Amino acid sequence: MQIKNNKYEAVIGLEVHAQLLTETKAFCGCSTKFGNAPNSNVCPVCLGHPGVLPVLNKKVVEFTVLMGLATNCTINKHSIFARKNYFYPDLPKGYQISQYEEPICENGFINIKTTDGMNKKIRIKRIHMEEDAGKSIHDQSEYTLVDVNRCGVPLIEIVTEPDINSPEEAYQYLTKIKQIVQYLGICDGNMEEGSLRCDANVSVRLKGEKKLGVKTEIKNMNSFRNVERALYYEIERQTDLMEYGEEIIQQTLLWNADLNEAFPMRSKEEAHDYRYFPDPDLLPVIVDEEWKNEIAARMPELPEARFNRFIEQYKLPEYDSEILTQSKELADYYEKVVKLTTDFKATSNWIMTDVLGFLNEKKIEVKQFPVTADNLGKLINLISNGTISSKIAREVFQIMLETNDEPEKIVKEQNLVQISDEGEIIKIIYNVLEKSKNQIEEFLSGKDKVLGFFVGQVMKETKGKANPQLVNQLLKSELEKYRK
Amino acid sequence: MKYSNITEKISLVKNNKISLKENVKYFLSRIDERKNLNAFNFVFADEALHQAEIIEKKIKSGEHGKLAGAVIAIKDVLSYKDHTLTCSSKILSNFIAVYTATAIQKLIDEDAIIIGKTNCDEFAMGSSNENSAFGAVLNPIDESRVPGGSSGGSAVAVAADMCDASLGTDTGGSIRQPAAFCGIFGLKPSYGRVSRFGLTAFASSFDTIGPFAKNVDDIALILNVISGRDDRDSTSVDSESIDYPIIKRQDKKFIIGFPKEYFGDGLDKEIKEKIWSVIEVLKQNDFEVKEISLPMTEYNIATYYILTTAEASSNLARYDGARYGYRSRNSSTLEEMYVNSRSEGFGSEVKRRIMLGTYVLSSGYYDAYYRKAQKVRRLIKEDFDKAFSQVDLIITPTTPSVAFKLGEKSNDPLQMYLSDIYTTSANLAGIPGLNIPIGNNQNGLPIGMQVLAKQFDENKIFQFADILNLAG
Repeated sequence: MQIKNNKYEAVIGLEVHAQLLTETKAFCGCSTKFGNAPNSNVCPVCLGHPGVLPVLNKKVVEFTVLMGLATNCTINKHSIFARKNYFYPDLPKGYQISQYEEPICENGFINIKTTDGMNKKIRIKRIHMEEDAGKSIHDQSEYTLVDVNRCGVPLIEIVTEPDINSPEEAYQYLTKIKQIVQYLGICDGNMEEGSLRCDANVSVRLKGEKKLGVKTEIKNMNSFRNVERALYYEIERQTDLMEYGEEIIQQTLLWNADLNEAFPMRSKEEAHDYRYFPDPDLLPVIVDEEWKNEIAARMPELPEARFNRFIEQYKLPEYDSEILTQSKELADYYEKVVKLTTDFKATSNWIMTDVLGFLNEKKIEVKQFPVTADNLGKLINLISNGTISSKIAREVFQIMLETNDEPEKIVKEQNLVQISDEGEIIKIIYNVLEKSKNQIEEFLSGKDKVLGFFVGQVMKETKGKANPQLVNQLLKSELEKYRK
Repeated sequence: MKYSNITEKISLVKNNKISLKENVKYFLSRIDERKNLNAFNFVFADEALHQAEIIEKKIKSGEHGKLAGAVIAIKDVLSYKDHTLTCSSKILSNFIAVYTATAIQKLIDEDAIIIGKTNCDEFAMGSSNENSAFGAVLNPIDESRVPGGSSGGSAVAVAADMCDASLGTDTGGSIRQPAAFCGIFGLKPSYGRVSRFGLTAFASSFDTIGPFAKNVDDIALILNVISGRDDRDSTSVDSESIDYPIIKRQDKKFIIGFPKEYFGDGLDKEIKEKIWSVIEVLKQNDFEVKEISLPMTEYNIATYYILTTAEASSNLARYDGARYGYRSRNSSTLEEMYVNSRSEGFGSEVKRRIMLGTYVLSSGYYDAYYRKAQKVRRLIKEDFDKAFSQVDLIITPTTPSVAFKLGEKSNDPLQMYLSDIYTTSANLAGIPGLNIPIGNNQNGLPIGMQVLAKQFDENKIFQFADILNLAG
């Protein structure tokens, strides 16, 4: 897709909420487990009973600092929690604990690849900690049902500067953020399930113009593709308004993925004055050098480092490394396989085509892939030690997808071991040549291509099990004998 | 009942001089006799009698807690599991607490007997105990007068001999002022000394829980029990422990300051004279007493009302009719439910403060009010820091007047707010303050003196009160 009118430029800022993978909630001891019975992960604290007080979960700070370090932010030694006040039934206290002035991380950046393959720096304005609200369910009864299990689950909000200029860049940025949080193990990054959420601020201006145009905010985009589509929609809408000299109104829009259209929120719903003020129940968060270093020491390898290491250590092409390190799970899978085999490139090929092919077809995650890394490693070894050919290996792989049996077992049971015994192959070659006088004449007259016919015939006789190199070699020397 | 403090009572029970059950029955009969004072919202007669039997055995066996058999009433803003928690508000009239406040649990763990929950101003907002869904509390010394507030019920319960001691809460004077009006001891501890977990928040950075008693020994004993860091309250701290028994100071080395700003216009003449006479006694007893200045004093009330109402507007947002408490029946939309439940459920003083607090936090006004008040609060603290570098203790009148008439100030919120003029500073600065009853005026109404110390210096206050008692 392309923006229709190239007189204009879009300016986009993203606010990403990532649900942190802590065992317990941000300010009480309740479980954060997803999918429990409604209103079962609750206590007086997250239910907002009179007299309760929040107590900060240290893990939340550590996860946020990890993210801040991974995105080149300054980690503020002193940061404070604030209350964001508004009324809603899924917000038991009538305020959300968040950070407003003095957030924990500021002034970071990440690099993304633009469509023309260039590196682009997207600045991160701030990352702050907050608690999630509960869930209001409007479509299961004549009443609105409220589930407060999610209430108090820790979130981080990652806010960019308005450095993004196209829907593709937004998509790239989100992909990168998802990749980082997954590598850090602080969020599962699943946008469809709501553990990663994104709001966008969009404005449009004439190219070369320095001043920012009037912006709108788009919410409710629940997949990466929806973010891209919603941004296209909104950029076009604003560009059209500008073309016709009409006014762009600052407002909040809700994306409707079914209709492929964004609708303004009722102005009453947006007219919030959140009355932020420092939460008197919580002390300032102090991250001193010592704690920061302790957290930094636990920093796992980040995507960029792993990408470079794969090229270095496994001698993989950039293309392979890029694909394999895209997700932490896939990279982990690759590294588990190459623990068993030194065939680094063959392993990469298997994963990029056969494994990813299957995952895409079935729309499943790496962790749901039926073949263990051990078994794939063994299969690749069976090829490299000549036990089976690559062709047979693909057959074995198909069986493994069904059963995840060990490849050796399959090869044995199905009698698929490659025939590499010269005597045995020679016998078959004699049989074939016996029945192919005409083809021998043709070959001797210079038609080299006929060799393929003989190979085919030998393979047919052995049901594909004959070692192809050996067949080639032996056939050639046998045919040479006819010249004399 | 003839015993001078709780510790003595325990030994009397141990030596079969008094029966704990009879003791509880006596308090229950007092509560009944003076029902008209309206001190209690709920009385737990059966529970208290049952506990008396159990604890009496414990005392006799010698295995008992520090507060064994102490009959204690608690303000109805404190959460006590399986008991109603109303905050004297219609909006929580049907609310049963599902957990127990840390301070209450500590009393129970030391074998205190909880006799009931006391009346108070709604959500602890008020200075006369007239803002209660359960009706006004009367002053036991003169029933035409208020007992002070907001912990009026807790003060009256002790003053009218309905219990050994009680717990109140103090956000701007709500323990010290009613203690002064009723002629008893009442302590506002240092902020952070006593866990707030289970104290229904009015203004979180000001709220404290503290005891009322007829003697300073019981005050020190109860504070000793309820103090300490609590993992459920991030603002609580492990401060220097409270000595009990109080360490007797014969050396009288304290330097006492009296801030000139607390003795100006608006102070009742008889109160002023009474405090001067205390100062005279102190001087005669070789104390160094000197005039000091707390120049920010004139901003106390304004700063206090901006910051406490701001916090209150947020703290009270949870009472919305959605999950618990009162819900208006006359609503068909979500917004109507909120508006009607809160309009019908809250009393007028609470609504006034929610509106004030919402206003001072609104965009466009935040800097001019809330942020400015935060800065002034810091300056007020600095005033005290400076003062305490010169003196050990500060004495002031607790209130500008003695107990006023019921209804006298109900229609003049500003006059009502000014009755906290000497007490809000301790909450702004986070320091402890004790009301010491120092006699009566010519109409027999009690007069109170406030003793302030540095944060966590409660021991000094108790030693001073003890010395004063000896000198008195």
